[in-house]
Amino acid sequence: MKLAFILAYKNLIGAGLRTWLNVGILAFTFILILFYNGLLDGWNQQAKLASIEWEYGYGELRAANYDPYDPFSIQDGHQSYKPEDFNMLTPILIRQASIYPHGRMLSISLKGIPHDQEQLKLPTTFLNPSQGEIPVIIGKRMAAAAKLKEGEEVLLRWRDKHGTFDALPVTIVKIFDSDVGSIDSGQMWIGLAQLQEMTGFKAEATYFVANKNYNHQERKGWSFIPQETLLEDINKLIASKKISGSIMYLLLLAIALLAIFDTQVLSVFRRQKEIGTYIAMGMTRLQVVGLFTVEGNMYSLLAMLLGAIVGIPMLSFLAVKGISFPEVTQGMGVTMAERIFPVFSLQLIAGTMLLLIISATIVSFLPAKKIANMNPVEALKGKLQ
Amino acid sequence: MENIISLSHVTKKFEVGDGYFTALNDVSLTFKSGEFAGFVGPSGSGKTTLLNIIGSLDSPTDGKAIVMGKDIAKLSHKASANLRNLHIGFIFQVFNLLPVYTVFENVEFALLLQDVPKETRKKEVMEALEWVGLEKMAHKRPDKLSGGEGQRVAIARAMVKKPKILLADEPTANLDSANAHAILKTMKNLNKELGTTFLFSTHDEKVMTYLDRTVSLKDGKVVSDVWDNQSIQS
Repeated sequence: MKLAFILAYKNLIGAGLRTWLNVGILAFTFILILFYNGLLDGWNQQAKLASIEWEYGYGELRAANYDPYDPFSIQDGHQSYKPEDFNMLTPILIRQASIYPHGRMLSISLKGIPHDQEQLKLPTTFLNPSQGEIPVIIGKRMAAAAKLKEGEEVLLRWRDKHGTFDALPVTIVKIFDSDVGSIDSGQMWIGLAQLQEMTGFKAEATYFVANKNYNHQERKGWSFIPQETLLEDINKLIASKKISGSIMYLLLLAIALLAIFDTQVLSVFRRQKEIGTYIAMGMTRLQVVGLFTVEGNMYSLLAMLLGAIVGIPMLSFLAVKGISFPEVTQGMGVTMAERIFPVFSLQLIAGTMLLLIISATIVSFLPAKKIANMNPVEALKGKLQ
Repeated sequence: MENIISLSHVTKKFEVGDGYFTALNDVSLTFKSGEFAGFVGPSGSGKTTLLNIIGSLDSPTDGKAIVMGKDIAKLSHKASANLRNLHIGFIFQVFNLLPVYTVFENVEFALLLQDVPKETRKKEVMEALEWVGLEKMAHKRPDKLSGGEGQRVAIARAMVKKPKILLADEPTANLDSANAHAILKTMKNLNKELGTTFLFSTHDEKVMTYLDRTVSLKDGKVVSDVWDNQSIQS
C-alpha cells in the first residue's frame, strides 16, 4: 500500500495541470461543504441559545387549554396558580389587545411578565411601574411595524375577564433588540401585576417559563413542554435547510467526481503500456488496480490539503468575524442573528473528509477494476479498446 | 548445467474471427543458465509470443513451459507476478519507461516492488546506472534522453534486481547502429559478469552477431537452432 501511495503521488504530480484542475474543483467543493454546513451549525447554535435566553428558558409549563399555534386558544388558555407552589417558574399571561399608533389600529398579543424576573433576557426591569404611567416594552420588529419610538405613548385597548372593553395610554419605555422574532413581532410586553389588574385575571397565567433548576412534577391543568421539544422547530428548520443546501454542493461534488472518473477512464485507456509494464515488472493485477484506485483517491487527499491551505485561514476568519445577513432576514419570523458565526466542528470536518475520500475511492475504483481483466500482452502493445 | 527454461511441445493459438491463428506450433527447446541466445525470424514467426510465455505474461495453449522449475500454465496471477518480480527482467522495443519518473526512479521501481530498504536501493540503482554509463543522468526524466540512453535505462531497470532471466524484445529496433552496438556490448558484459540468461527476439543482423545461440523461427516452428554458428537442431 505504501508503494501504491508513493507511485500514485508521483504519477499525480507528474500529470501536472490535469491533476490540479481536478484537485482544485474538489478542494472548492470541500471548502463549500464545510462553509455551508458550518454556517448552518452556527445559525443552529446561535438560534437555540437565543431561543433559550429570550423565549423558552428550560421548558414551558402551559395551561392545558393554551396552544401557542392557535390564537383562539388565548381567550380561555389561562389558569390560576398559587405563586408559592410555582417556584423556579416565571409566569406569563397573554391577552389579545389592540393598539392605535398614529391613528391606525394594530391587533397585538399583550404579554404580562414580572418586572423583576431574571429568567429571560427581556429587559423587564423597565416594566417597573415607577418607569412611567403604564410602562410597556416592544421589540425592534414591532417598533418598526407600528412606527413607534421609545418614550412615545400609544393607546392600548383590551378586554377584561368579563369581556368589557377598556382603554388606556401606555408608554413605550424600551425597544429591545432580540434575534428571536417570535417574542417581538405583533407583541407588547407589560408588567404581569399590571396586566392581571387590568384584566381581572388575578394570580392567573397562560404559561410559565422554567428555570434551569426547575424539576417538573405533574400538575393538574398544566402540561410541561421540555426544552428539547421547544427547540425541535429550529432543529427541523436547520435540517430542511441542510437538505436543500446539500443539493447545491452535491451537484458540485458530482461534477468533481465525474472529472476524476473521466480522468481515470482516460488514464486506464491511455496508460495501457504503463499498466503492461507494471505487470511485466512483477506487480499483480490487483496491485495495479490498487495503484490506480489510490491514484484517484489521492485527488481527494490533495484536495483536502489544498482545501486546508486555502480554507483554514478563510474559514477561521469567518468563524471569528461572522457573516452579516441583510435586515430583510430578520422579518422572516425565524430566529436568525444579524451576524452568524459559522461553527466548524470536528465531526463536520471529519465527516466531510470521509465523504470526499469514500466517494473519490469509489469513482476511482470503478474504471480501475477493468485492469483486473486486462491481458498484459495486449496492454503492453497498447491495443486494448 | 541445469535447464533454466524448458519448453516441451509448446503450441499457442489465438482466436481470430471464427478460427484460430497458430503463433507457436509444437516448439521444444531448453536453455541453460547464463546463455546469450536469441529468437530470429520474420514478423509473425512467433518470437515475441515465445518470450511472453517464457516471461509468464502468457501461457501456452498446449505443451509445457517450465521456467525456473515452475509450470507457467499452472501459475496463478500472483505466482506469475512473483516469478517476474524476483527472477525475470524485461526490455522492450519502445523502452516502456515510466514517463513521470526520473531515470533513478525508473530503475528504483524494480527494487521498490521487492521491498528493498532505501539505502540498499540507492546503492544498487547507482551501481546499475554505472553498468550502463548513465550515473550522471540519474535525475533526468525519460523525455530528456536520447533513444540509446532510454534503452540503457531500460537495461539498468531490468538488471538492477539481478534477475536469472532477461527477456529483450527487439531491443535495438529503435536505435541507430552505434547505440545498438553499445547496448549489445553492455548486455554481453552483464551476461558474463552476472551470469544472467539473456533471450532476445530480433531480426536485427547486428544482434545476431553477438548471440551465442540463434534459434530461427518460421510460422511458429523452430527451423534451426545454432550454437556459435554450429547447428545442433533443425
